[in-house]
Amino acid sequence: MTDLNELSLAEARDGLKAKTFSAREIAQAHIAALEKARVLNAYLLETPDRALTMADASDAKIAKGDAGPLEGLPLGIKDLFCTEGVVTTAGSRILETFEPHYESAVSANLWRDGAVMLGKLNLDEFAMGSSNETSAYGDVISPWRRQENGVLSDAKIVPGGSSGGSAAAVAAHLCLGATATDTGGSIRQPAAFTGTVGIKPTYGRVSRWGTVAFASSLDQAGPIARTVRDCAILLGSMAGPDARDTTCVDLPVPDFEDAVSRGVKGLTIGIPKEYRVEGMPAEIQKLWDDGAAWLKDAGATIREISLPHTKLALPAYYIVAPAEASSNLARYDGVRYGLRVPGKDIAAMYENTRAAGFGREVKRRIMIGTYVLSAGYYDAYYVRAQKIRTLIKRDFEEAYAAGVDAILTPATPSAAFGIGEKASADPVEMYLNDVFTVTVNMAGLPGIAVPAGLDGQGLPLGLQLIGRPFDEETLFATAEVIERAAGRTVLPKAWW
Amino acid sequence: MSVDEKTVRRIAHLARIAVAEDEVAPLQGELNAILAFVEQLGAVDVTGVEAMTSVTPMAMKKRKDVVTDGGRAVDVVANAPETEDHYFLVPKVVE
Repeated sequence: MTDLNELSLAEARDGLKAKTFSAREIAQAHIAALEKARVLNAYLLETPDRALTMADASDAKIAKGDAGPLEGLPLGIKDLFCTEGVVTTAGSRILETFEPHYESAVSANLWRDGAVMLGKLNLDEFAMGSSNETSAYGDVISPWRRQENGVLSDAKIVPGGSSGGSAAAVAAHLCLGATATDTGGSIRQPAAFTGTVGIKPTYGRVSRWGTVAFASSLDQAGPIARTVRDCAILLGSMAGPDARDTTCVDLPVPDFEDAVSRGVKGLTIGIPKEYRVEGMPAEIQKLWDDGAAWLKDAGATIREISLPHTKLALPAYYIVAPAEASSNLARYDGVRYGLRVPGKDIAAMYENTRAAGFGREVKRRIMIGTYVLSAGYYDAYYVRAQKIRTLIKRDFEEAYAAGVDAILTPATPSAAFGIGEKASADPVEMYLNDVFTVTVNMAGLPGIAVPAGLDGQGLPLGLQLIGRPFDEETLFATAEVIERAAGRTVLPKAWW
Repeated sequence: MSVDEKTVRRIAHLARIAVAEDEVAPLQGELNAILAFVEQLGAVDVTGVEAMTSVTPMAMKKRKDVVTDGGRAVDVVANAPETEDHYFLVPKVVE
């Protein structure tokens, strides 16, 4: 029999319902797996006692016939979601001891539906990074390794970021699914790097209440899991109206799982020519062509489209996101939470606390944000970037108005790279990882990354589908066709 | 546009981040790399384009102007580094 932690979330749900195994058994299988996988550094904190207590409660509910939609399913929680009584660090020294007295809306929804918490997952500091190398608590190691001449290399590979712990834990079978967040690609890029599925829903679909803020007009939470169906199940529980987040929409949550097997017959899929960037590796181009062919075979119409402002999205993002971050992170001042480093007066206390508490990437972004918002630069940088954001969104609106149902692109410009390989003095080199994903955040649209094949070194590659606002259903239906045509990714066998 | 060392120090102070002398030059290089990258936005014609204020067209949610929460002083100060009688303690500000 398959180890319980290797089941898909849907299989585990059905097994629990049929009483083939208990919630305690599947929790224990995961607890044992994560104890053995500490070298991956995916979990910042394991909560085995809480997991078993929750699992026992689930078993009691299952016995009574009172099970919720996620009853007894063990999940990992990105350490950006506040969890009551459980330290929440955001991957930063400045929150090393922060123990929230409240529960984030997303995690509360999961517990309401019966899910079991295994622990808190590593991430780039304040979700700022594309490789999980900016965490104050060490890099996450991907379970994937390169193949060189048929031999697995020992070189450590990044899982992507910022949801690197979530993606690595899902790919290494250290949870059935995980929560994640996406400000410029932080769900979809790590999902693509680890052969997992990740969806960033439409801005407003999921409440941001209780999630540590990075860039409030771009941040959106979503799941990473091993199948499209598993993501649909998880998003169904995570999403929903919340009066505490004024940007969270009052729309009913559709039955996402129901949409998974809908197929693509009659849909029009756009292929944006601007994503065919210079220097794109031939295997990424081939993957993209394969994806289009699979959708065509399944009954979709493929149409080339133009999104002319695409190349402006990344530079505009590096104004808008740091500007919002500099404002959001002003709250870490050594007064209300976390670290305090004394100084000769209150200003020196603030400055010393923030110098010691923030890592290099976070400081850099706060400073860029401070600069572009400062007197004399606000119009030239910030207002101009927000105008360009309008143009980017308009590109998508025109494509959808012309009858396109979803847009197919590569998820990332390359497969995962090695740890330390992109540590150059130019931060922009790392930022280019998000070139295909960041447009989606700028326009507030839903986007899903789905595994579609392997590169020449045996590392996974993903495709991205971008949908109309609040039409995640079409993304699940389309991604499932790609998943089926590509064949389920064979995840790495445990070498750790 | 690019920043000089003096501007780096000024931004750091505005951002309330202490920067050591040997950090200024590397930060200057990194910030200038980012500013060079965003420079291309200057060439775009944005005449008549409205700046985005809300990515999803929506009316701001409103609720009755009533107290919905409160009386949780213990929770509010629980994570503060220094407190006294439910107050946050800070270094002396007024002489």
